[in-house]
Amino acid sequence: MRTIRIGAGAGYSGDRIEPAVELAEKGALDYLVFECLAERTIALAQQARMKNPAAGYDPLLAARMQAVLPICRANKVRIITNMGAANPISAAGATRSIARKLGLSGLRIAAVTGDDVLTKTKDADLALDSGDTVKGLANRVVSANAYVGAQGIADALAAGADVVITGRAADPALFLGPLLHEFGWAMDDWDLLGKGTVVGHLLECAGQITGGYFADPGVKDVPGLARLGFPIGEVREDGDLVVTKVAGSGGCVTAATVKEQLLYEIHDPAEYFQPDVVADFSQVAVEEVGPDRVHVTGGRGKPKTGLLKTSVGYVDSYVGEGQISYAGPGAVARGRLALDIVRERLAMTGVQTTELRCDLIGVNALHGEASGVGEPYEVRVRVTGRTETLAEAVKIGNEVETLYTNGPAGGGGAWKSAREVVAVASCLLPEGAAQLSVSLVEA
Amino acid sequence: MKLREIAHSRTGDKGNVCNISVIAYRADDYALLCQEITAERVKAHFAGVVHGEVVRYELPGIAALNFVLKDALGGGVTRSLALDAHGKSLSSRLLDLEIAPAGDTLSRACQS
Repeated sequence: MRTIRIGAGAGYSGDRIEPAVELAEKGALDYLVFECLAERTIALAQQARMKNPAAGYDPLLAARMQAVLPICRANKVRIITNMGAANPISAAGATRSIARKLGLSGLRIAAVTGDDVLTKTKDADLALDSGDTVKGLANRVVSANAYVGAQGIADALAAGADVVITGRAADPALFLGPLLHEFGWAMDDWDLLGKGTVVGHLLECAGQITGGYFADPGVKDVPGLARLGFPIGEVREDGDLVVTKVAGSGGCVTAATVKEQLLYEIHDPAEYFQPDVVADFSQVAVEEVGPDRVHVTGGRGKPKTGLLKTSVGYVDSYVGEGQISYAGPGAVARGRLALDIVRERLAMTGVQTTELRCDLIGVNALHGEASGVGEPYEVRVRVTGRTETLAEAVKIGNEVETLYTNGPAGGGGAWKSAREVVAVASCLLPEGAAQLSVSLVEA
Repeated sequence: MKLREIAHSRTGDKGNVCNISVIAYRADDYALLCQEITAERVKAHFAGVVHGEVVRYELPGIAALNFVLKDALGGGVTRSLALDAHGKSLSSRLLDLEIAPAGDTLSRACQS
């Protein structure tokens, strides 16, 4: 029975680059996948594209492609990525330019488009999970992108692409695509699609299954996190999976790292909604079969819903923030006094906030007052508030900064910021709203 | 003893919903997890942080529970004012939960 090897070269947009180089060089891969698109990333990318029609793809695309293209060409590794973000066509053009500069003539690069459903979403005026409606958000809406399935990727590979660049594909679809292409799985073989979704889900966060986001010294020790190896999935034609990594790289692949990642961002494990299938992780079993080798079985699937989760990006508000630190005896009391002063100042000067948060980092910032045990040596005051305008947001940080000369004794390291918030809400669109197409360019 | 002695945990986020896995190091401890870590206890443990419903899913095959905490992330990572907007640190708080050591009378608290 045939097996293919898929490496995960990035788990988020800003991820380390060298682990992907290591995978391309030493992983004996057939495919290298870069998952670089978070919930909000595509909305920010759409804003960038509005300002510059050639922009809107991942800012690290050039650096990643320069690092791996020559190696992948030499080792016959095909690349799949969602670094196209809001502009896969432009990303494919940029990748072609890099390939030409590197002398990789004939390299074929595909852009998969069709996930941008802004017009259809506005027309349908759907209810959002935030309680708003698309119409209610009016001109604050900046983007609507559907999480599309694996077919476009499989089609691009069938057309001979060496590099496939998508926009908002569902993360597991980046891995399911090559499995469809290689093994010819039917789009209604729900159990195989479910198994392929297990593969994609486990690998898509890259280092999170090889010991990243896992270490807890003394309880869960992980060697070599500074040179963490990224994962390789050995996937058999029947959907059977072994997760491993390059020998000698940092990190570890164990039953425990695989189990943590299996449930990462999962709600009902029996119903993981994907564009191509409703995957069922509830019967998955994992077994360590060698050093850094974990065998995963038992993924299943049920028919897809015919609906696509769609992320709607909109300009939500502005957020202003200020921070300042206090240390030594009485630090907590001075921190609390600082917060009281800022609250009073914001009220006195009439700063309009729709939401205000006053934290003492080191005491209650992460889990509220309930978390406090004992008095820390140092604390950091953090005041953050939501406003309707940027000008109002700026005032929040200013009121923290002026604590330097007007506040409690010994305040240091003040910092402030004010920013526009593009938020994301979701709705469900019929799958026909996203018509995928593949365009191919050659270096 | 603390939950951290027998289980490990990871937090994930989707919108304003947080999920926290609790995975037994030893399969034998799964029944104890089921008995001790109820949805009600988790909801109480996160009072002030989680404002919505808490649902527990059971995965006997990997000796794990998965908790889904609704209205837990200040509106979700894209708009939350929280320092940890993803809620990634919440798993560490759950592992601080005090649980009774396994006794002879441990009932089979899991449904499946």
